[in-house]
This record gives sequence, structure tokens and C-alpha cells, in this order.
Amino acid sequence: MLRLGKKKRVLTGKHFMLGNYAVVEGALAAGCDFFAGYPITPANEISERMAARMPEVGGKFLQGEDELCSIYALTGASLAGAKAMTATASAGFNYMQEGIGYAVAAEIPLVVVDVQRCRGDNYATQSDVMQMRWAASGDYEMIVLAPSSVQELFEHTIKAFNLAERYRTPVIVMSETTIALMRENLVIPDKKDIEIVNRARPTVPPRDFVPFKAAPDGSPPLPDLGEGYHILHSLNPHDECGRISWDPDVFEAMYKRIVGKITDHRDDIVETQGFFLGDAEIVLVAYGSESRPALDAVSQARENGIRAGLLKLVTVWPVPEKEIRAVAEQASVILAVEMNIGKYAGEIERASGGCCDVVRVTKNRGEIHTTAEIYAAIEEVAK
Amino acid sequence: MKGNPLTQYLREGSLPHFFCPGCGAAQVMNFFLQAADKIGLDFDRLVAIGGVGCTARIPVYLHADALHGIHGRTLPWATGMKLHNPKLEVVIFAGDGDAAAIGGNHFIQAARRNLDVTMIVVNNLVFGMTGGQVAPTTPEKLRTMTTPYGNVEPPFDLCQLAITAGATFVSRWNTHRVLQGVRAIERALRHKGFALVEFIAQCPTNFGRRALRTGDPVKCIQWIEERSLTLKDAEGLSDEELRDRFVLGDFIECKRPVFEGSSILAAEGKN
Repeated sequence: MLRLGKKKRVLTGKHFMLGNYAVVEGALAAGCDFFAGYPITPANEISERMAARMPEVGGKFLQGEDELCSIYALTGASLAGAKAMTATASAGFNYMQEGIGYAVAAEIPLVVVDVQRCRGDNYATQSDVMQMRWAASGDYEMIVLAPSSVQELFEHTIKAFNLAERYRTPVIVMSETTIALMRENLVIPDKKDIEIVNRARPTVPPRDFVPFKAAPDGSPPLPDLGEGYHILHSLNPHDECGRISWDPDVFEAMYKRIVGKITDHRDDIVETQGFFLGDAEIVLVAYGSESRPALDAVSQARENGIRAGLLKLVTVWPVPEKEIRAVAEQASVILAVEMNIGKYAGEIERASGGCCDVVRVTKNRGEIHTTAEIYAAIEEVAK
Repeated sequence: MKGNPLTQYLREGSLPHFFCPGCGAAQVMNFFLQAADKIGLDFDRLVAIGGVGCTARIPVYLHADALHGIHGRTLPWATGMKLHNPKLEVVIFAGDGDAAAIGGNHFIQAARRNLDVTMIVVNNLVFGMTGGQVAPTTPEKLRTMTTPYGNVEPPFDLCQLAITAGATFVSRWNTHRVLQGVRAIERALRHKGFALVEFIAQCPTNFGRRALRTGDPVKCIQWIEERSLTLKDAEGLSDEELRDRFVLGDFIECKRPVFEGSSILAAEGKN
């Protein structure tokens, strides 16, 4: 058995680390103090490291009896004041939708890591990209981040916690088998250099507090359970005071605010990275691990005199519409590169508004694209 | 209601409640308030949890922090908050649907872990809110909306299930035995560990009218009481003699370490 000792929350320094472990260290750096999960490959290393690390930093670890227990334990812990995370993989993510929907409606900050897999096993895929956004029932917006490396798994997990706390909403880290089970260099900065966002808390005593009256930014402050605020956290439509009401005005206003707090801050949330975009005529749009062979192929194209560029999506939801539209207006063709049957390409087509052609470059074999395959697609449209 | 000292524990503006006239769940809410009043329960530390169903509405009326609105997931909520803040006083109000059907696995696991919560189950032997469909607790042969030819499934004994799984306080009463019921809730609230109090309760609207052919609450309570016997009376009776009967009493009260999460043994502070 492991001997328990006190260890640092932030492991500042240079590491050669597994992607799944980098997620754990990112979560800890962000202040995570509650983890619950149910065993599933290829996310197990996250649970296993959390089981060892949580007690070291005074947090709690729970292996739930299923994914439903795990996701709801997160909502309970988060309302009690914890920064909470779970990790799962595609099939397990299905089960969690019920709890994610509740977390949206009850405005509970939490982070879900989905290590996408396919072929019923550990094969690489991005086939859950639409499920990340649309799987729960009801009306909602979802914030989903797509890391492409071990370093980004660390950084995006921190970002996910910050967004969850800032907007009182679940945030999803869309991981993939490719990066989760890969070891790479990881640099963990000094604690003081890591930006941490904590949820807003009430500044008035319980008798003056209106629990679901939003601050101007759309997110109401959230006290911890047991602080005497006597709040009703319900999935049912509720007014500003938290009273359940089936009045259509109440229902409409509630969802307008819950959706609006994301859509009104799209520019703050959305992040993309551009490579060789300045004069690009052929623009690749890619996210997650697929952005790596895409960038290699673009570099190769540049060496061969082809004016290609890459728009890498850090945020896949909300859709970086302005950024996609901007490259669509500039380019003659967009290549929508992804590791599935071609899903997010529909969003790219929609966002590009018919300004240029969108060609789908897809691969659905449980394997990441090779640089040569993507380069061949660039050459094809460059003819 | 004016002048009733228990109204101080109700959320402002939450009345009138939505329970049907003669509902057993509303009675159990009253039992809980009497018990909470008697032991001086701190409502600032209380988190009342309800899933979905008629009983699950009880937390909505309580002047406390409350979670409500997801079917069957009361215990996972409770597990998360208790691990993060063991000082919370968590009370779950569940119907037989929440406890024995959709939330059945969570029920077993929470009892096994000895999660330090009080779970009050109002077992009205049917899915009441949805209109009177068969439940895992419905006695055999009875007619419900989804067993029009009579129920062929044997019912769960929730108390025996909890005991087998590892619960450390288990008690069952019916809504006719008010004093015993209130006292059982008092003891459950004081208990450290997983405490279950089950009430066999009348649902005149959707059990009475369909299974018993009467919507009269008194007749429904009588039907339950006629089939009820105490643990002492049940001694020596065969399984066949206890079929379709409700055994009432305090089944178990014992001590076991409560679940605090991680893989650290609470008592020793190390593994």
C-alpha cells in the first residue's frame, strides 16, 4: 500500500508525463479538491492518480458505483463548495448526460474529462465532438475545450475549471486516446504564475440574498450548502428566488439567462490559434490531436510553395464563428480535418456562410491522420 | 395552519402544498418536522434532498438548503456533499420509485458504505405521481395501471435489503403509527451512519382507487394497518404467513465506521 504523506498541490518543474496524469496535475493546480469516477479505459490513469493525489492535498476521492453516481457526487460536492472533476470515456460519457443536464440547469460548476475512444476499445477518435455539445436533453450551451498535447491537457484542464467557476456551468475537456495515453514533455509553472478563478460568493446576508438573481455578467453568486442561505436547487423552472414555477415567463427568463451567460461572453470564452494564416488560400480547420498532423502538412505545403494555413480550434463549443468566418472570407477553400465520419465540418460549413468551399478530410478507422494523408488532401485542392 | 409551531420550519410562501387530500407523504413531512423540532435540528446545516415523485417534493417546502428534481440520484448527491463537508446534516426524502427502482443500486451502495445520512422512504406501494403504475414494492396480484391483470412480481423488502447491504439503523412503520414513526425519525437523525426509516403509506388517489377500489384515505390506512404486524408479533411466523404483510419495528441499530471517501481509514487517519 502507498504510504500517505503531504505533497505539493502544484508540481512546478519539467516533467516527462502521461497525458492522463497531466490532466490530474492541471486539475490540482486549478484547485480541484473532489474527484469521482467509474473505471473505464482509456481514462483509468486519471482516476488512479487522483486516488493517490487527492488525499495528499486534503481533497476527497470517490470511486462511484457507476457514472451516474460519479457525476451527481460532483454536483453535490460542488454545491458544498468543492472544485470537482470526473473523467470518463465515450460510453461512460453517455451515462453522465443526465447529470450534466442537471448541472447546466442548476448552474453547478464542474469539469468533465471525456477521453474519446472508438471500436469499443482504446482506439483513437474524435467521434464524440457533437455529443459533447448536444447529448443532454433540454436547451443549453456547452463549453468544450480540445487539447492537442500533454502540455495542453494540463493547461486546458486549468482553463476548464476557471470557465466553470466563472460561468457556473459544467465545462468539458475533450481528450482523445492519442494524447491521453502519450508521454510528452510537460512544464508546470510556478504556482503564482497560474491564473485561478473562483466562483463569486454572496456579499450579503441570507435574508437579503436573491439566489438566482444574476450579476450583470449573468452568473449568480453561489454560497456553499450549509451556510444558512436555504436555497432550493431544482431542475424544475425556478424564479430569481429559487421558487419552482411553471409560469412560461419564468421558464423563458431562466433559460434565456442560462444560455445567455455563455452566448453573451462568446468572445471571452472562444480561443483559437492561427498558423500561416496571413496570405493563406487553403485553410485547414482542425481541433485536438488532428491539429498536429495538420500543422505538419501545412508546413510541408509552405515549403513546396503552397499558400496553406491552419486555424486550430482550442474551443470547439461555443463554435468560434467569427474566426471561421474570417478565414472563409479570405481563403478559396477550407479543409475540415477530423478523425470521424465528418461531423464538426457541418459547423464549419455553417460558420463560413458559403464564402468558400469546405472540403471534408475525414478518417474513421481508429487512427489519427498521417501528415502525408493531409498533405495529399492539400495537394488535391491546390491543383 | 396559523399558530402551528412547525410552520417556522417551512419555506416562506411555499404553501399551499401540492399533496392530495389524505396523502401519506404529507403526513410523513409532518412526522419529520415534529422529530426535527424535538431534537432541535439545526436547519442552517440541514440539506434536504428529494429526487422526483410526490415524496421528493417534501424538501421544496422546508426552510433549508434543498436539492430536488432528478429521479433516483439523491444518494449520489448526498455522497458528494458529505465527503466534502461531513458537518452537513443530510436528510433524503424518497418514494419507493426513487429508493427501490431507479435509485436501487445507489441505495445498496450507500448502505454498504454506511454513508452518514438519514433516508426517509415513503413507500406508497405504487408510482403515485405518474398515475399509479406498478412499483418494485407493489404487493403481488394487485391491479395497477401497468398490471391490469394483476401484479406478478414479488415486492422488495427495503428494510431487509438495507440491513443485508450494511445499513446501521433501519426502522419501518406505517402512517397509522404516528408516535412510533416520529420517534424512529428522531433516532435516525441522531444516528451516525446510514439510517433508513421506511413508512408504508397510503396513496388514496393512485393506489387506493386502482388497487383497492377506494379513494378514501381512511380505508386505505385501514388496509395497510390490517396487514401490519410488529416485529414481536412476527416472531415465529413462516415466510408464507408473512407474505403480503408489513412487519413494523426497529430492525437494527449498530455502529460501524462511516464513509468519508478516499482510501484512508477514518479511525486511524492513515492506511
